[in-house]
Amino acid sequence: MKADAKKKEPLIHITRRKDVSLLRSIVIRAAAIVLALIVCALVTTFLTGENPIDVFGTILSGAFGTPRKMWVLGQEMAILLCVSLALAPAFKMKFWNLGGEGQILMGGLAAAACMILLGSKVESGAMPQWLLILIMVVASIGAGALWAFIPAFFKAKWGTNETLFTLMMNYVATQLVAYFVILWEVPKGAGKIGIINQSSEAGWLPVIGDYKYLLNIIVVLVLTVGMYVYLKYSKQGYELSVVGESERTANYVGINVKKVIIRTMLISGAICGVAGLLLVGGTDHTVTTTISAGRGFTAVMVAWLAKFNPLGMIFTTFLLVLLSRGANEISTVFSLNKSFGDILTGIILFFIIGSEFFINYQIHFRKSHKPEAAAAVPAEDPHKEALEQILRDAETAAQSVSKEETK
Amino acid sequence: MEERTPILEMRHVTKRFGNIIANDDVSLTLYPGEILALLGENGSGKTTLMNILSGIYYPDEGQIFVEGKEVSISSPKDSFDLKIGMIHQHFKLVDVMSVTENIVLGLPGKLDLKQAAADIRAICERYGFEVDPDEKIYNLSVSQKQTVEIVKVLFRGANILILDEPTAVLTPQEAVKLFAILRNMKEAGHAIIIITHKMHEVMDISDRVAILRKGRYITSFVTTETTAQELTDNMVGRAVSLNIERPEPVDPKDRLFIQGLTVKNEEGVYKLRDVSFTARSGEILGIAGIAGSGQRELLEAIAGLQPVEYGIINYIDDDGTPESLLKKTPVEIQAMGVSLSFVPEDRLGMGLVGNMDLSENMMLRSYREGHSIFTNRRDPAALARQVVEELEVSTPSINTAVRKLSGGNVQKVLVGREIASAPTVLLTAYAVRGLDINASYTIYNLINRQKAAGVAIVFVGEDLDVLVELCDRILVLCDGRVSGIVDGKTADKNEIGMMMTHVGGAHEG
Amino acid sequence: MIDWLTFIPRAVIQGVPLMYGSTGEILTEKSGNLNLGTPGIMYVGAISGVIGSFLYEQSCGGAAENMNGFLAVAIPLICCLGGSALMGLLYCFLTVTLRANQNVTGLAITTFGVGFGNFFGGSLIKLTGSEVPSIALSATSNFFRATLPAAENMGWFGQIFLSYGFLAYLAIVIGILASVFLKRTRRGLHLRAVGENPATADAAGISVTSYKYLATIIGSMIAGLGGLYYVMDYANGVWSNNAFGDRGWLAIALVIFTIWRPAVSVLASILFGGLYIMYLYLPTGMDNLAVKELYRMIPYIVTIIVLIITSLRNKRESKPPESLGLPYFREDR
Repeated sequence: MKADAKKKEPLIHITRRKDVSLLRSIVIRAAAIVLALIVCALVTTFLTGENPIDVFGTILSGAFGTPRKMWVLGQEMAILLCVSLALAPAFKMKFWNLGGEGQILMGGLAAAACMILLGSKVESGAMPQWLLILIMVVASIGAGALWAFIPAFFKAKWGTNETLFTLMMNYVATQLVAYFVILWEVPKGAGKIGIINQSSEAGWLPVIGDYKYLLNIIVVLVLTVGMYVYLKYSKQGYELSVVGESERTANYVGINVKKVIIRTMLISGAICGVAGLLLVGGTDHTVTTTISAGRGFTAVMVAWLAKFNPLGMIFTTFLLVLLSRGANEISTVFSLNKSFGDILTGIILFFIIGSEFFINYQIHFRKSHKPEAAAAVPAEDPHKEALEQILRDAETAAQSVSKEETK
Repeated sequence: MEERTPILEMRHVTKRFGNIIANDDVSLTLYPGEILALLGENGSGKTTLMNILSGIYYPDEGQIFVEGKEVSISSPKDSFDLKIGMIHQHFKLVDVMSVTENIVLGLPGKLDLKQAAADIRAICERYGFEVDPDEKIYNLSVSQKQTVEIVKVLFRGANILILDEPTAVLTPQEAVKLFAILRNMKEAGHAIIIITHKMHEVMDISDRVAILRKGRYITSFVTTETTAQELTDNMVGRAVSLNIERPEPVDPKDRLFIQGLTVKNEEGVYKLRDVSFTARSGEILGIAGIAGSGQRELLEAIAGLQPVEYGIINYIDDDGTPESLLKKTPVEIQAMGVSLSFVPEDRLGMGLVGNMDLSENMMLRSYREGHSIFTNRRDPAALARQVVEELEVSTPSINTAVRKLSGGNVQKVLVGREIASAPTVLLTAYAVRGLDINASYTIYNLINRQKAAGVAIVFVGEDLDVLVELCDRILVLCDGRVSGIVDGKTADKNEIGMMMTHVGGAHEG
Repeated sequence: MIDWLTFIPRAVIQGVPLMYGSTGEILTEKSGNLNLGTPGIMYVGAISGVIGSFLYEQSCGGAAENMNGFLAVAIPLICCLGGSALMGLLYCFLTVTLRANQNVTGLAITTFGVGFGNFFGGSLIKLTGSEVPSIALSATSNFFRATLPAAENMGWFGQIFLSYGFLAYLAIVIGILASVFLKRTRRGLHLRAVGENPATADAAGISVTSYKYLATIIGSMIAGLGGLYYVMDYANGVWSNNAFGDRGWLAIALVIFTIWRPAVSVLASILFGGLYIMYLYLPTGMDNLAVKELYRMIPYIVTIIVLIITSLRNKRESKPPESLGLPYFREDR
């Protein structure tokens, strides 16, 4: 055991990188995406027997094949991006809002409720269409915000675990929607509401030109810019970053942490509510328990992978939506199950999540034992931090020098 | 003495962290049944050297012999197997587990907690420890936790013990007890290395002293054949006197009036009781006391960060009008026009945001200014540049995250920001902790400059030498009470030391 | 009034997948890994078992008399354990070795796992070119559902205690074993230390990485069994997409409900199983169907209330493992 003393030094040594260059992080991420796409193609080939090159062709044609497909791509991106924008401030504050699903559902439910309950008034001319839409906007935003407020309140007041609280709120919302679906089902016993106000189109969000999805896309683009500015340049955005980094520091400079938590979650829930509004009022014109289609969860990953940068999220949503649309096409062509998209999404997420490691850490393989080799590490020296840590640790500092010497 | 076989020997050990050499060709010998003091300044490589013995670091060069045989220690487990036990400064205990569970952690074999508890009681009896094996760690005091660490090491049958600044967290009475136990262990044949830089401890407990300076082994002495002066000279490499300036206060006026201040912590335990004093402009009021005597609560209560049970905290402005700061938040205090700055003890966890850059950290104090909903980024950036330049902060740029800076530079950034707002009251907690001599002097000078500018300074310190040389008056806290207030010029360190452990001495304005 | 004689067995049957899920998640969380991938892993466990058994049934021509009872149980069991272990391995590789964020990784695993289950559930027939209308593994299911022959003759006792397939009893055994493991064994102590304070465990010579890997992989395998029980026993071997629903998330919620105690989770799972089907038993009044949907909120609302109560109580022992959710990197100390 003693003879081979040196051999026991670990083979691989991992240190945190001190500085991460932008170029390096882009190259690593790009490489991860390329690798993931190759794996996706291989999996598809394995399951369908199609030539891997053609797989990409099918994916691209699924996403961009026809103008309609491109519009659907844009619409899907808009909604996913909208939810991701909603979650970004909460996550930046280190508040794990996994309740996007529920907040979207509540926003959608509120919009649908207005359409159903007030639709007849618009039909009879007692209420103008714009007023109904205004009420819907307020109701959706309010409902989404309320759903986010509840866990935020308990987190702020008693530190109740928000991850599970928001998660459970999703199912409460689902059941609430299920309840109203049965209450309002048309015809009785159908188990679904169907298209609301089909003839009068009361409460349908306006269509710009002939493009059904354009309004949604514009709304989300405006939100994207707004959220970017909010997070980066506003005082509130700064406050929530400080709270996310260190609550003690926030207290120290007089930031009211509870207020920031609640305020940020209200914003988060409100934007989820908008997503629900766009889905119900803008595209689906009905409400079901599955309108959000897991976007509340996918958006968590979108926001995280883009480091909460709204502009970066445009790219992440594009990648994920492109892949899921493409996978959709593949499953249609080969009459496979539509969940194929989730598999590909999972694969690409694994690669991107894994790639972060190579951006933030450096791997050193054991060097030869010549001391020069170890000493030759250039300025970007990984151990310096470790040493500084030791120096910091070397506590009770100032007790330096001649403490007892005067005695 | 030369004919004894060493129980432990390090020969020509070198450890580098990149291009920084933490230990340079260090050789050290330890004999059975002796207590060796390892003496050195901060950053002299003591802890690194001991971490090599405990398997946390692996040396780049050199050999280690235990009982005459060359060994390789590449993990804490190897270290245990060689019967080496280290008691770290930061305890390695699992809070929600019992003492027994912590002590048997990591050992092989079947789990028999009853037997283990009995064995622990036996060890406690043998050496005179007082600890209940069934108690949960979170119910223990700091000194009891340290006891658990020592018992843990003994339980594993260690006969070489390494203690890293064990008295830093203890009251003098607890330190005396610890030393008695160390002597018992020595009698039982254990070899002990104690890292410290408190000279009286070295003289009191050790048989030999080994001195490290800047990573190198300098020399060693038999304790009875040396003097504190000789040790100090060797440790710092030159004759030392602190020589901190203490200009006469100019036109001191009452600035901060505290009376009957009483504070409880979250668990309902009194941290401050009936604390009264006055801080004056142009004067440095030192606060002395054993760690955890209520220093933090005192500063935080004044800064509006700590709920107060009762008492008076008045700010007295230039024309003598008192204004109460009680139950005011930091923002409200600022809104009253009181410029109060606070340099907290925990720099990166409280005073600054480690992941934000210099400029964004400057913004912490100023971001609320103005009516715009957007932050002003230009002024903080300018302030950051100014602080970097004036305080000679060594940083690649003002866009570098502060956690990447060294301890001294982090403190310069924090102090720089706090004095930038031209405060009338400056609270500092352990302002030079972890800093090297040069950085410490930079901070003393900064504080003296504030004093000259008429700021009322409350300086919480731990090094009595610094307190008596820097401060005009020193308030001594003992267990949350004011033990007394002494004049800095006439203060006697030993007297302050006594006051830290016993409430006594006359109160003053 | 509730007919307890039918209600209790149904609650138990509903509770078994939750038992597996929560016991698996408790072991995982005790190592400091908050695995939000558990819902996905339960899907993967279920579908892996289904694939194994489907292929075996096909090779036997789908006739029960050609099937070997041992193989009919062992093949899906091994496939299920293998599939869920792989997912646990993936989770660990990403979060422990590559230090990725646990929540994000867990959600990605759930996305992948649920998709994987639904995809193969929906495409297995097409992919294997079989000529059956749907995945109905009734032959295999019968082996899983076999009860003691005496059960039927023992009246209420038999109905409440003996009417279940072997996987239900296995769940209880695993729950109790896990509890003993955590409380009474050396490795259990080490595992708890890893989850509470990995730096301390590391300094005590415990391999943090291997404990995290092993606990998470074994935890995943246990959770996967919950999925297998669901299709093979509860659903009579019939796979339908999304039928497993949100039970995985409920299992995670149960972990908090039980304050990280597997033995408690056995009872709590049955309680939640009961809450899960409570809506079928509660009086509904006029508008019966719709109100039932509201009743189905009960388990989630109970979980929320428990969450709030535990946060109010603020007791050290009822807190999650202290390092839960955090990666461990020795040099970050």
